[in-house]
Amino acid sequence: MAGKTLYDKLWDAHLVKQQEDGSALLYIDLQLLHEVTSPQAFEGLRLAGRQPWRLSGNLATPDHNVPTTAKEREIGVEGIEDPVSKIQVKTLDDNCDEFGITEFKMKDLRQGIVHVVGPEQGATLPGMTVVCGDSHTSTHGAFGALAHGIGTSEVEHVLATQCLIAKKMKNMLVRVDGQLQPGVTAKDVVLAIIGKIGTAGGTGYAVEFGGEAIRSLSIEGRMTVCNMAIEAGARAGMVAVDDNTIEYVKGRPFAPQGDDWDKAVAAWSDLHSDDDAEFDVTVILNGSEIKPQVTWGTSPEMVLPVDATVPDPSQEADPTKKQGIERALEYMGLEANQAIESIQLDRVFIGSCTNSRIEDLREAAAVVKGHTVASTLKQALVVPGSGLVKTQAEAEGLDKIFIEAGLEWREPGCSMCLAMNADKLGQGEHCASTSNRNFEGRQGFGGRTHLVSPAMAAAAAIAGHFVDVREFNGYNG
Amino acid sequence: MQKFEQHNGIVAPLDRANVDTDMIIPKQFLKSIKRSGFGPNLFDELRYLDEGQPDQDCSGRPLNTEFVLNQDRYQGCSILLARENFGCGSSREHAPWALDDFGFRVVIAPSYAEIFYNNCFKNGLLPIVLSETEVDELFAGVEATEGYQLQIDLHKQQVVTPGGKTFSFEVDEFRKHCLLNGLDDIGLTLQHADAINAYEAKRSQEAPWLFSSFK
Ligand code: SF4
Repeated sequence: MAGKTLYDKLWDAHLVKQQEDGSALLYIDLQLLHEVTSPQAFEGLRLAGRQPWRLSGNLATPDHNVPTTAKEREIGVEGIEDPVSKIQVKTLDDNCDEFGITEFKMKDLRQGIVHVVGPEQGATLPGMTVVCGDSHTSTHGAFGALAHGIGTSEVEHVLATQCLIAKKMKNMLVRVDGQLQPGVTAKDVVLAIIGKIGTAGGTGYAVEFGGEAIRSLSIEGRMTVCNMAIEAGARAGMVAVDDNTIEYVKGRPFAPQGDDWDKAVAAWSDLHSDDDAEFDVTVILNGSEIKPQVTWGTSPEMVLPVDATVPDPSQEADPTKKQGIERALEYMGLEANQAIESIQLDRVFIGSCTNSRIEDLREAAAVVKGHTVASTLKQALVVPGSGLVKTQAEAEGLDKIFIEAGLEWREPGCSMCLAMNADKLGQGEHCASTSNRNFEGRQGFGGRTHLVSPAMAAAAAIAGHFVDVREFNGYNG
Repeated sequence: MQKFEQHNGIVAPLDRANVDTDMIIPKQFLKSIKRSGFGPNLFDELRYLDEGQPDQDCSGRPLNTEFVLNQDRYQGCSILLARENFGCGSSREHAPWALDDFGFRVVIAPSYAEIFYNNCFKNGLLPIVLSETEVDELFAGVEATEGYQLQIDLHKQQVVTPGGKTFSFEVDEFRKHCLLNGLDDIGLTLQHADAINAYEAKRSQEAPWLFSSFK
């Protein structure tokens, strides 16, 4: 019999009951909650007179709606100016208080984007099952965990039963061989993967990312890759546990300690696919060929290396694809065959659960240091992923580097990633963004998003248009 | 949850691949803490010419008359015909809530994003997968005939065209059972409370660190 994949092992370890009809009850170790997808779940619980199954299996923090200016943040939830956002954040606070769920509220230094907070606190651990009413829950797979997004009805189901009704997915291995070139980051790797397999390429699969280039990424880089697994259609992305994973987890507030730590480390050493494991599909990329990536269209698969030109629909034979390109070019206000480097920018956003951790901020700061943001830019925002990331960045003086270069330094939250708070694009504006979705209107009505790495966003902020960060004057990575 | 057995309804064609949930219901409407009331903002950015605000009265807003849901011939529609990878992107269950609130009971497409697909069943909305060719055929039919209706039979797992042609579709046994009976799956899972307790007892021995609290 063939060996097991990492996903097989995680699945087996959490199987509570296999039903005859093919569905299964899967035990959930950790559910993360935020204000947007939880109110209706708590309401459902209340209406049915149910209690959470296990309080300690849940951790909450508001992130999507929270304002990011210091002034609006000063007094906590009462200071939120948008009345509708305020109600939503308050509802999360009230629900967590009522049911007794631990929440990092707005004024808590530990507050931040759920997918930054979980790993930072050691709440996310190797070998866990992690869910959240948020598709980017795949981020936590970087720790050798089975982590994926769920809908609000499922949030309620997990609250009430600590289980999920699930069906086993198929196994896909995405192997990135070789070494990355300097200036090419985890974000470029995952964009290149999505460009290769498409936004539906991973549908139905749990994707394991492996290969030399993935193994050489830091844990935060692996989080960036797993974060965008969903943009390739895969609910769950994961990377095997190695010494770096264990090193990263060690000493975090909720990580096991003492005897438990030793036991845990021993258990985690098995969290990789067996040598003879079989994958349903294997996709291979050569890491040394990946260049810095920029999305030009309205879907993450519409991505190209920075030195490329925007596609020409007249060269596309498939009518549906041709129509897709035409529509995207029109929405994005681009001409066929236009050089990516010629795209002029209005705003730059460095943040989101994809790229708002300390290493991302260091990467961006290294590029902007000693430069000034282009005068043609309306705004360049840096939004750290959590209060602790912000504190760390300030201790390293990164905030000063950004501010001196003319970027704004904000309070933690999702911010312009989905523009539920006041940070958004105006109609027709082009934005170099380190977030994960370039859908129409995602960052604001009529806004035009280009997804890039933090280093590329930083270089674009200085130049006012896209530039290849590998050739960018002053780049010292 | 509302039951689903059979349904007869007018079909609206949305001829576009990779329709994401941001498009189905834009983020400003996710600020609601309710499950209902999303219908007027379904496909907001495609449907109206201006930018919609939460809690706004939509009746006076300028309509994009070219958008399918604004065309006379599709008024009263309850079956949405779509292209591949429908419902991709964000996990927001507000997307099926909005489709349901608008009056849709069925979506037909060649493929769906998984979270969206799952979310539909939790809300009594039936997502049907037909092949590309069958979907093409339905698009042609809808185009050609005003008031084009389909008959959906979940028991038989069939879509029946006005001309009497039938297409079969697959649906997971468990989901079919829940939909036919309007069952709440939390109640069903709680029938296995003993199994969950037994799992926890065993697991907390093996991996006690998974059961510590966040205090
Ligand atoms: S940062 Fe963006 S993608 Fe991530 S959780 Fe927030 S809104 Fe979602």
